Amino acid sequence: MAAVLESLLREEVSVAAVVQWVARSTQGSKDNPGEAAALSSLRPLRKEFVPFLLNFLREQSSRVLPQGPPTPAKAPGASAVLPGRPGGPPRGSRGARSQLFPPTEALSTVAESPVARRGGRRRVPGPARERGGRSLEEGVSGESLPGAGSRRLRGSGSPSRPSLTVSDPPNLSNLEEFPPVGSVPPGPAGTKPSRRINPTPVSEERSLSKPKTCFTSPPISCVPSSQPSALDTCTWGLGLPPGCRSLQEEREMLKKERSKQLQQSPTPTCPTPELGSPLPSRSGGLTDEPADPARVSSRQRLELVALVYSSCIAENLVPNLFLELFFVFQLLTARRMVTAKDSDFELSRGALDSLETPLFQSIHDCVFFAVQVLECHFQVLSNLDKGTLKLLAENERLLCFSPALQGRLRAAYEGSVAKVFLVMPPSAQAVSFQPETDNRANFSSDRAFHTFKKQRDVFYEVLREWEDHHEEPGWDFEKGLGSRIRAMMGQLSAACSHSHFVRLFQKQLLQMCHSPGGAGGTVLGEAQDVLSMLGADKLGRLWRLQERLVTPQSSGGPCPPPTFPGCQGFFRDFILSASSFQFNQHLMDSLSLKIRELNGLALPQHEPSDEDGESDVDWQGERRQFAVVLLSLRLLAKFLGFVAFLPYRGPEPPPTGELQDSILALRSQVPPVLDVRTLLQQGLQARRAVLTVPWLVEFLSFADHVVPLLDYYRGIFTLLLHLHRSLVLSRENEGKMCFLNKLLLLAVLGWLFQIPTVPEDLFFLEEVPSDAFEMDTVAPEHGLDSVPVVDQQLLYTCCPYIGELRKLLALWVSGSSGRSGGFVRKITPTTTTSSLGAQPPQTSQGLQAQLAQAFFHNQPPSLRRTVEFVAERIGSNCVKHIKATLVADLVRQAESLLQEQLVTQGEEGGDPAQLLEILYSRLCPHGAQALVLGREFCQRKSPGAVRALLPEETPAAVLSSAENIAVGLATEKACAWLSANITALIRREVKTAVSRTLRAQGPEPAARGERRGCSRACEHHAPLPSHLISEIKDVLSLAVGPRDSDEGVSPEHLEQLIGQLGQTLQCRQFLCPPAEQHLAKCSVELASLLVADQIPILGPPAQHRLERGQARRLLHMLLSLWKEDFQGPVPLQLLLSPRNVGLLADTRPREWDLLLFLLRELVEKGLMGRMEIEACLGSLHQAQWPRGFAEELATLSNLFLAEPHLPEPQLRACELVQPNRGTVLAQS
Amino acid sequence: MILTKAQYDEIAQCLVSVPPTRQSLRKLKQRFPSQSQATLLSIFSQEYQKHIKRTHAKHHTSEAIESYYQRYLNGVVKNRAAPVLLDLANEVDYAPSLMARLILERFLQEHEETPPSKSVINSMLRDPSQIPDGVLANQVYQCIVNDCCYGPLVDCIKHAIGHEHEVLLRDMLLEKNLSFLDEDQLRAKGYDKTPDFILQVPVAVEGHIIHWIESKASFGDECSHHAYLHDQFWSYWNRFGPGLVIYWYGFIQELDCNRERGILLKACFPTNIVTLCHSMA
Repeated sequence: MAAVLESLLREEVSVAAVVQWVARSTQGSKDNPGEAAALSSLRPLRKEFVPFLLNFLREQSSRVLPQGPPTPAKAPGASAVLPGRPGGPPRGSRGARSQLFPPTEALSTVAESPVARRGGRRRVPGPARERGGRSLEEGVSGESLPGAGSRRLRGSGSPSRPSLTVSDPPNLSNLEEFPPVGSVPPGPAGTKPSRRINPTPVSEERSLSKPKTCFTSPPISCVPSSQPSALDTCTWGLGLPPGCRSLQEEREMLKKERSKQLQQSPTPTCPTPELGSPLPSRSGGLTDEPADPARVSSRQRLELVALVYSSCIAENLVPNLFLELFFVFQLLTARRMVTAKDSDFELSRGALDSLETPLFQSIHDCVFFAVQVLECHFQVLSNLDKGTLKLLAENERLLCFSPALQGRLRAAYEGSVAKVFLVMPPSAQAVSFQPETDNRANFSSDRAFHTFKKQRDVFYEVLREWEDHHEEPGWDFEKGLGSRIRAMMGQLSAACSHSHFVRLFQKQLLQMCHSPGGAGGTVLGEAQDVLSMLGADKLGRLWRLQERLVTPQSSGGPCPPPTFPGCQGFFRDFILSASSFQFNQHLMDSLSLKIRELNGLALPQHEPSDEDGESDVDWQGERRQFAVVLLSLRLLAKFLGFVAFLPYRGPEPPPTGELQDSILALRSQVPPVLDVRTLLQQGLQARRAVLTVPWLVEFLSFADHVVPLLDYYRGIFTLLLHLHRSLVLSRENEGKMCFLNKLLLLAVLGWLFQIPTVPEDLFFLEEVPSDAFEMDTVAPEHGLDSVPVVDQQLLYTCCPYIGELRKLLALWVSGSSGRSGGFVRKITPTTTTSSLGAQPPQTSQGLQAQLAQAFFHNQPPSLRRTVEFVAERIGSNCVKHIKATLVADLVRQAESLLQEQLVTQGEEGGDPAQLLEILYSRLCPHGAQALVLGREFCQRKSPGAVRALLPEETPAAVLSSAENIAVGLATEKACAWLSANITALIRREVKTAVSRTLRAQGPEPAARGERRGCSRACEHHAPLPSHLISEIKDVLSLAVGPRDSDEGVSPEHLEQLIGQLGQTLQCRQFLCPPAEQHLAKCSVELASLLVADQIPILGPPAQHRLERGQARRLLHMLLSLWKEDFQGPVPLQLLLSPRNVGLLADTRPREWDLLLFLLRELVEKGLMGRMEIEACLGSLHQAQWPRGFAEELATLSNLFLAEPHLPEPQLRACELVQPNRGTVLAQS
Repeated sequence: MILTKAQYDEIAQCLVSVPPTRQSLRKLKQRFPSQSQATLLSIFSQEYQKHIKRTHAKHHTSEAIESYYQRYLNGVVKNRAAPVLLDLANEVDYAPSLMARLILERFLQEHEETPPSKSVINSMLRDPSQIPDGVLANQVYQCIVNDCCYGPLVDCIKHAIGHEHEVLLRDMLLEKNLSFLDEDQLRAKGYDKTPDFILQVPVAVEGHIIHWIESKASFGDECSHHAYLHDQFWSYWNRFGPGLVIYWYGFIQELDCNRERGILLKACFPTNIVTLCHSMA
């Protein structure tokens, strides 16, 4: 590998040739056969060039970026290490993937421990697999620090961070514990175990010296030798002994070497503070080394390497564009160079080969290199957000090294509108209850309905509790809510309940977590507009303030593991705690369905030719719509991936060997939860990669270790790799994909390629499969990919890690130079692309439909949207209208038919089921009218709606066509539904009506009596019923006693009370039936007390009794109320109940005249029948009475009966007219 | 009438072990003349109910019932016109209506072949004339009309008060031209939880969005408010979003802490209602 680089440095081959050699599997430059020949001999190593280059650069920069891992990443595979770096351990090590980063929080903190620094400087991660497993664990369980991921070495961060403090620092020299990285599993051929081994023979003599790593570099002043030595050429690959039998030997020696190194000087490579180690007061205590363009040591060499490097980036030969940018930004903002030790200096003096001479000999070199690279990527830079551009444009080093680039950046900044801002999450909003989907009719049983009712409440209760507590230290989701969640899930017995709950869950998820921070469903805060519209305009200001105060959550470096930030964590934990198989299955079904639906959504396509003014507005709308759909898809896909792969994930390392084979055999039988491969292929074909790929990446990021090995998913990864390679940013015309769309795809793919579970060897496929990706020419003319749907806001929302670039620059400004990093792992060596296979068959559509399509083709997209919208709504309204008119009429008919049936068949009415069938047979044929009525409705309503929604200036012909299409579509929709469902609908509605009627026939006939309202002039000022009941109750309690001697009622009060009762009964505004019933009963009780003269009257102490005349007047008032004002039954027979008559027994002397008066009046007014009173009086004789009382009672009876009879028929008639009066017990 | 927690505690303090009679109420009104009677009655009633809930069990042991019944029998033998049952209830610190029910149940067990059903008991309590024993009927009736916290009459009054306030609220909404769906309409549509009113177009009150309004013709103390939150208000929020609760007889100020979360408390119909402007767009 090094040979290539060296040939390059010696200018034996051109940069272009090298890049082409790397990028294409075909022979190199045709222009220069010499070059081609030189390179073709290296062909077997071609695919290792990029990893080598990346590692080389990381290695070289390690002195500049001393704290923590020097580089965000190192490529796996061909290590650039010089002697002293061993090759990789056997297949399976995921070292490179697990490249560690200091926690971002440590950026501004104190010095790191020597071990940590060492560990960081050298690429020495912990056991890779274990951490690979942990990473997901952490991402999944949320137990770990947010965003920290697994890529940090425990202990490699700042010791000041308590959670990372390790009591027992890992022995980084222990090769068993920390196998060196850079290892790559053998390629598909599996024949080159040596390619990851530095082939330099490690001799005993050499092992005595320091290995020639970068910190053994010559002094800065030392001019690197431009004389390559034959020996070195040999060293770097050509002289590699075939088979390399001494591999094990070498490894042993390396081990020895390492431990020796450690023993000899505990801090041989650990820079002391003067070497630039970070101090607690990093911002103030250290002066940054100024960078000076004039002091760059080897311009030409740097330029060449920068060019190769830039070309690799530009050709997407590096896995992660933004990671490389991050690295370059790190170089740009490097603070100090770690000076080499003298001994190192001496030793390396003899090294003449160009690669052994450090590439970066000073800060000047680093900055020079960085600026060179940045110059090549101006286009990417200029598309970053405005904040990053500003920081870049203001960077003094940039100005110093390349005023031209600075000028362009400044111009880009000034012209940029790409302000990216945080969307603050509004507090949770509940999913609204929709009767159409949520009412009883949607459940199999009452029980299921009520269970779900409770579940909804428990779900939100849990959610609120989580909101309150999840940020408290020590609060644990499982402990706090786990059992409640499981209890709730346990109640979801019916399958239909599960689907209801899942729908609620999914809707709530979408509503709460659209953006990564858990921000609400609106993009750019639509809710804010609504609120300010409603007068809470301070809220907007508050939000802006909040945005400034709340620093964005650290995303964990440029390559964070997949996480569930914000309220996504709730849903993740909920799934985990619920641990319900049924729930997960229903959830997957529902997520898959929704993903398919959203992915297939016909997003309006902006046509570039649209020149009129409205296009701007449309653009905004389309972008917003796209963003909402994309973010929803990503969220859903993330959870689908999470749930789908949940059973296969665990902390244990992935299986190997036979075990793996058997697992593979098993898993390959299992159909994928969602056919993502087909969706991806369709997406690529339809040029909708910009929509499909980002969510697919989210889905795949949760795959377990086995997934990428399955043929099905391997095919997906291959497609993605090819797509990645094809997205060359500089080639604008070829793919017709918009720049920012590409950038988004590159960012998400680059991120995916860093996920620990994605194996490295996928990226080392030597040859491109024949069915690989190719920009096929038969794709639709204007796919979504060619529409500028992605803006910076969306880019940064989807890929918050891009914001790390800005942080890096901001840290430079603020003077603290902490870093966080990512790691590069994989390389995609494949070059060529191939077709995706057959085109989907053309759907056969009617000519009319084609014409309609053609009509829309040349119209602004808003027209189509409007027409489709109108058709959709009118169609739906039509169905509702038919329900409310035709069906309602039929139901009324059913009710009257039923009444007839009931009359003819008597009270029993016959078998209800039979009745229903009769009704159905009579009514259902009328359903045919629905289609006619539906057509009329659509015809009538659609044109107006279209007209109202389209611009005034729409040409008449266009307008009428649009109207007609809307009518047609609406009719089609409505009639399709009606013809399929009208009979069922009628049956259902009739059935409910009938059962309602039958129920009403039963127990409560009284309740159906017609009620009078208040009179028109009534102003509802009557006393409230509750007040009257309470007042009368007080009188009753006074009368019944016990009472104090000074307690009593004035006759005026009694009269007033009865008067008020009359008013209340006349104004029925506040009167409800139970209150009236109680008033009736109380009034009867009151009358009984009056008759028995039991009401204590206030007044002269001698006379505590009511005058006879007063009592009669009050009784008269009551009689009139009973007769005129009560609308419900009055339990008058209570007047003759033994208890009330018994009241008379207590009075001395007993007075019967009031009772007799009352009875006569009752008969007189027709309130009670004579016979009824007779019966009551008769039954009174059965009771036990005090002596003498029974006789008096008998006398009264006789007196009453002796009175002249009113003619019986009249009385009967009276009773018939008012059957309820006096005959009904006030039972309820 | 919004009270601070301290004010409320002061009132509640005065209600410890006070029998639920009209005399007690009169004294309470004299003690706190500045508070509205309805508020005081509501607090009294709630405090008393809490007290009864706490002590309910001890009156329902078979020993207790037997001893009460014997005391009742002895009492009426001595003087059947005396308020035997009422005095007994006050003496053992139990609600008169509940004591009446207890004794009636016991009486019926003795005199009937089958144990009395709940509906029979309820019916007899509503209309004591149906009680086969005249003396007991009078005693029961006396308990019921003298109990201001329990019993069919009190229940009816409470129900009537609730209904009246709903009507009142409906009138106010109509007057303000706010269209709404009421409980019955919601139930007919199949809603599983139904606040008194759902606004068809949300409004804002004091900067808070309101989708629904619930009328509570009682005082909002901690105990009842928490129960309502759990059984009703949060359920409404879960389905319809933020809303307004009107405690017509006031509430403890400190309970109005969920405004930001979407539950606003008021003691009257809000005066400043912001509606959606139709001239927008």
